[in-house]
Amino acid sequence: MPQSDILSVENLHKSYGKGNAKSVVVDNLNFSLRRGECFGLLGPNGAGKTTTLRLCLGLTAPDSGRIILAGQSIPANARQARLRVGVVPQADNLDPDFTVSENLLVFGRYFGIPDTVISARIPALLEFANLTAKKNAGIAELSGGMKRRLMLARALVNDPDLIFMDEPTTGLDPQARHMIWQRLKALVSQGKTILLTTHFMDEAERLCDRLAVIDHGKMIAEGSPRSLIARHIESEVVEVYGEGARIWGDNLGRHQSVRVEISGETVFCYTNDAQQLLTSLHMTSDVRFVHRPANLEDLFLKLTGREIRD
Amino acid sequence: MASSSYALPSFSLRFRPIWQRNFLVWKKLAVASVLGNIADPLITLVAFGYGLGSLLKQIEGIPYINYLGSGSICMSIMMAASFEALYSAFSRMHVQKSWDALLNAPLALDDILLAEMLWAASKAMFSGLVILGVLLCLQIGLNTHTVLVLPLLFIIGMTFASMGLVINALARGYDFFTYYFTMVLTPMVFLSGVYYPIAQLPDWLQMISRILPLGAAVNLVRPLILGAWPVAPVRDLALLLAYCVSGFYLATVLTRQRLLK
Repeated sequence: MPQSDILSVENLHKSYGKGNAKSVVVDNLNFSLRRGECFGLLGPNGAGKTTTLRLCLGLTAPDSGRIILAGQSIPANARQARLRVGVVPQADNLDPDFTVSENLLVFGRYFGIPDTVISARIPALLEFANLTAKKNAGIAELSGGMKRRLMLARALVNDPDLIFMDEPTTGLDPQARHMIWQRLKALVSQGKTILLTTHFMDEAERLCDRLAVIDHGKMIAEGSPRSLIARHIESEVVEVYGEGARIWGDNLGRHQSVRVEISGETVFCYTNDAQQLLTSLHMTSDVRFVHRPANLEDLFLKLTGREIRD
Repeated sequence: MASSSYALPSFSLRFRPIWQRNFLVWKKLAVASVLGNIADPLITLVAFGYGLGSLLKQIEGIPYINYLGSGSICMSIMMAASFEALYSAFSRMHVQKSWDALLNAPLALDDILLAEMLWAASKAMFSGLVILGVLLCLQIGLNTHTVLVLPLLFIIGMTFASMGLVINALARGYDFFTYYFTMVLTPMVFLSGVYYPIAQLPDWLQMISRILPLGAAVNLVRPLILGAWPVAPVRDLALLLAYCVSGFYLATVLTRQRLLK
């Protein structure tokens, strides 16, 4: 294992249940995180993202495979490894009986950090989370965005090398999401490593240096966002909708695109040169359209399909 | 960790910050919390002690209020420890997800269970001390043997905390705890010689009574408060410890199977 990998996962398998009820949640996963990068784990609901995080933290034992986190073998030395790790789980679990500052103090004690050291760190953590004015507020007084920022500050109380973030911006408004993104970028620029799960493709595209798309517990693509898009998908997309979209798609769009996908009343035309499509659309009535570069969401939908996952 | 969920609990001092967390919360509401835990036993003591005591006068040569007071302190410890290990621990484990946050820190589930068990025993002890103070004010327990009651009360608290954590590990919601209170703890009170000597019961009930942890607790604590020595201290202490140790082990196994799958 190269020295620069802070987390490496090899041939990881995990399943629940036995016999006919057996369901494979993680199916031969391999990936590793280099120090100082933001690595995204993408996948539809139920793809195995959260289970993978739990396995990496040593909260559940794999059926087989090897995990090395912060130089420690997992799950055998999971507690030691977690000394160097911060975790922001999917659901906020702040302590409702304590104020904002007390939440940081009490959590720091779980790492065996002396009170004086934690107290010295708290002002900077509050500043980072933009919560200085709320330091003596109860948790019930905080908005959703503030709670998430406090969760992030709490995950930093031990000055971790690696931060696990499980869907950090789910349920937040756009302002709050942008604020979290800005903080995560600041952390990466400080040299922290981030392992992020998300199903927001704009978030992954914006934040991640590299990402892995997993589905049904299997890795289906890995690389930088731009290289993945370039490798798997045409460079331009024309989205066509409106009353005449389907007819136009069947008669003309299909022949002028490399690939066409239909979702509801929208026709997605994938191409490397949209000029011909645009010319034909300008001459068609009853349609509206958007021409844009291909993005991570197009890649994601191509790889994992358009069916709803529960 | 299915394979290792049967491993013996690992004990370490890492439980301290978790215990301290619960203590901090308790401190914020200490007066209300202790009042809540002792109101019921004190009302029982006054109502039964004086109400029934005016008719009964003496049991086994002891004034009824002394008899009741020296037994009901064990019942109070049992109730306080059980409430904490059930309702409070369940809300930390399942509702607030505080345990999940602890597991993301460098703590193990075993540390959390040890902390919760010792905390529930500690909280019960705080209530027990106040009740003991009330008894002393009533001139009950004014003798040197009473000092030995203190460690016993803590052991009784640990025993019922451990048993409560077994139920906690199995619970799907708060309603589940009602069964434990109405079908296990309440009958145990009536079979353990808190209100009247178990010699009053039919033989088969006396047989059951002899293996109940609260019965053992009362057998140990009552004579000490009344200035005498327990009749079978080794047997009763061993019984209490058996419930405590096996309860804690079972709670550890079941909670691991619940949370670490």
